[in-house]
Amino acid sequence: MPVKVITAGLATTIQDLGRPGYYHLGIPVSGAMDRLALRAANLLVGNPEDAAGLEAVFMGPELEFTEDAIVAVTGADLPPKVDGEPQAGWTSFPVKSGQVLSFDFLRAGARALIAISGGIATTPSLGSRSTYAIGALGGVDGRAIQAGDELPLGDSAGAVAGRSVPELLRRGPGSAPELRVLPGLYRHRITDAAAEQFFADSWKVASEADRMGYRFQGGQALEFVDREPPFGAGSDPSNITDACYPYGSIQVPSGTEPIVLHRDAVSGGGYFMLGTVISADMDLIGQLQPNTQTRFVKTDMNGALAARRDRAANLDAIRSALA
Amino acid sequence: MANHDIRSPLPGTFYRKPAPDQPTFKSEGDAVAKGDVIGLIEVMKSFHEITSDADGTVSAFAVDNEEPVMAGQVLVTLET
Repeated sequence: MPVKVITAGLATTIQDLGRPGYYHLGIPVSGAMDRLALRAANLLVGNPEDAAGLEAVFMGPELEFTEDAIVAVTGADLPPKVDGEPQAGWTSFPVKSGQVLSFDFLRAGARALIAISGGIATTPSLGSRSTYAIGALGGVDGRAIQAGDELPLGDSAGAVAGRSVPELLRRGPGSAPELRVLPGLYRHRITDAAAEQFFADSWKVASEADRMGYRFQGGQALEFVDREPPFGAGSDPSNITDACYPYGSIQVPSGTEPIVLHRDAVSGGGYFMLGTVISADMDLIGQLQPNTQTRFVKTDMNGALAARRDRAANLDAIRSALA
Repeated sequence: MANHDIRSPLPGTFYRKPAPDQPTFKSEGDAVAKGDVIGLIEVMKSFHEITSDADGTVSAFAVDNEEPVMAGQVLVTLET
């Protein structure tokens, strides 16, 4: 078995680009929280972009290699080390059989994506190796990795050390990240003044932030429009008759602390959503640490689609640089 | 006598007590053995025990109870 887990880190999970197609049955897409970072890491080590790697949050694992491999670490600035020797991020480097890959303290961002040449070759569930721990799907027996696990690798396609993503094409969280939001589908439940206040306020990432959703605190409570609760909705003004929850949707239970649903989202429920974080900014959320001050910025469909094109162009530029 | 810093492996919120109504894990002047719990970090809906990686005596806490911390930030300085 090529990679032995010595220590697992905090909640290090095997992730690929996820299992789309089952959300209507309550099974979320899962996959890397920072998809661009996983694609880039895979490209650096000669893997298909959708190969499975490891997603380490806030702290890295210690991994012992039992065969030679090429590794790349992207996403958060979580400096990798091989037998204690520092290695560059966003750059492929060799790990020899018998050597140990470990990590220094996190410097910026939240999640590092670790790609290994050949990709992690655990058994897929529903077409993906991504770990969805709550549903016990993918990963190692449906869970995060733990000490003592042995991770199988696929066949390497001929990886080369010393390749690097140009700095301008890497994206980390800025000092005061902004998340762009398309208002809707239940925006009408709050007053116009409350909607303006939501976009004007500064919101701090709460400690309740994980792969299911990110909670924010510190803005003013939202004021709701008076109503008679419709059939099936609870009496709290933030309740609705149960509806589908899109990825990125922002629910605000009782109007106090917004929660943005992420890759392991629940697929439906009874809270109103004031809008949806655009797909282009979902990777960025995955790189926010607790206590980071953020703002939500209103956009429209044209703005969202333009941002999506920008992200696609960024990925194309990375592909070209590494081709 | 030398100083030894215990750093937080995680970003999050630092707690010096196991629960609000209980005494602190360690106070200034207390002896600490390697492996002793010196505090908790709350992040991602869970609490993680922070243990000492050296023997010594607490000379100072660099972070107050319930204060936010960054990964790598010094929590406690020991005299070893």
